[in-house]
Amino acid sequence: MNVLLDNLGEFGSRFLGTVELFVLSAVASLVLGTVLAAMRVSPVPAMRVAGTAYVTLLRNTPLTLVFFFFAFGFPLLEIADLSFFTLAVVSLSLYTAAFVCETVRAGITTVPPGQAEAARALGLGFGQSLSLIILPQAIRAVVPPLTSVQIALLKNTTVAAGFSVVEAGGIYQVLSERGYSTLVGLLWVALGFVILITPLTLLQRSLERRWSASSGGAVKAGAR
Amino acid sequence: MTPMVRLAGVNKHFGDLHVLRDIDLEIAGGEVVVVLGPSGSGKSTLCRAINRLEPIDGGVVEIDGKELPAEGRDLAALRSDVGMVFQQFNLFAHKTILENVTLAPIKVRKVSKGEAENRARTLLDRVGIGNQASKYPAQLSGGQQQRVAIARALAMDPKVMLFDEPTSALDPEMVGEVVEVMSDLARDGMTMVVVTHEMGFARRAAHRVVFMADGEIVEDSTPDAFFQRPSSERARDFLGKILTH
Repeated sequence: MNVLLDNLGEFGSRFLGTVELFVLSAVASLVLGTVLAAMRVSPVPAMRVAGTAYVTLLRNTPLTLVFFFFAFGFPLLEIADLSFFTLAVVSLSLYTAAFVCETVRAGITTVPPGQAEAARALGLGFGQSLSLIILPQAIRAVVPPLTSVQIALLKNTTVAAGFSVVEAGGIYQVLSERGYSTLVGLLWVALGFVILITPLTLLQRSLERRWSASSGGAVKAGAR
Repeated sequence: MTPMVRLAGVNKHFGDLHVLRDIDLEIAGGEVVVVLGPSGSGKSTLCRAINRLEPIDGGVVEIDGKELPAEGRDLAALRSDVGMVFQQFNLFAHKTILENVTLAPIKVRKVSKGEAENRARTLLDRVGIGNQASKYPAQLSGGQQQRVAIARALAMDPKVMLFDEPTSALDPEMVGEVVEVMSDLARDGMTMVVVTHEMGFARRAAHRVVFMADGEIVEDSTPDAFFQRPSSERARDFLGKILTH
């Protein structure tokens, strides 16, 4: 217990760093991933090729290498002088977006083609059909795997510790410098992650319940 | 007078299969045309080619004198003037009945929400679904869903309504309610192209019967002439099969 209480400030500030990394990367990866999924189903061949190339590159590269590129390669390009924290958010977002894209694309294939046909027949353009009809249904269909992708992202934030970003994955180093048991410290870190991930699981359940009701699932359940 | 729908030299292939062969068809405003034919004759494809939901390989499709482009914004604009009712209803599953009917007027026609909702409620009353406006499609029967689909198409004030086998996916006891709505529309002077197996509707409501076989229009005549004196062997064969049982 002392390990936690004596270093409460350290735990607090580092977990705060984890939450910041996660929230920013989650939002960015969901937006970018959805845009990429739209590109991959678009009627324009160049968009589809670009989307496929992105996913192939980022999904097949280890996250650590993505971090290496942004932490050490990107500054050499001298495009912009960004902090390690910003570069970590960029790395995590770009990497996770590839997984979000593939999950959303899987969701798109579950939407019956008749939905898009009806939208087009009413005069909606490709963008409107996608954003108003296809994506809302696609995302409803993939809430559980999309949550898993975001949980993976939350845990992947620990890689940032290796690039001097202040977050929970680096707590053990501080503890060992201060002479505390790193093993016990790591158990507290693990518990911290369980606590952080629980709200995501609860959010997933509540979304699933709400959306199954709005598509008639509640009626089917009530009829039993 | 400009025909409301004009197809000239329309051809369509699915791989090696030639599903539409040099189709020429003109439909006047207010005309109700029923398209009949054995399965695989190309009648659904013809219906879907009219608003270019089915891309065509060659030929011209005109709605009210304007040629439908192959794609893009102009196509979307012209499609909004053509109502379409599908065999599988295709109501938007994540939207309420009311939202299904108001979505396109608001997003495509830029009608205000209040105005769109008033109009939608009138249309839903007209098809007998007025009291189900806040439900979701999955909570309605097939017949009710198809009537909502008709209201959704009518909400765009279309110049033409296309019906692609609108009663084929319905339980038999629900066919009547949908046919009734369609008959009302025909009486009100709507221009309609109806692909169907409902011979009763063809006899009572149609002005013209177009009979298709193997991707070609084989007969184009009045319902009386078609049902009583079919001129082609294929039409006689088709009628013999459907009327004997």
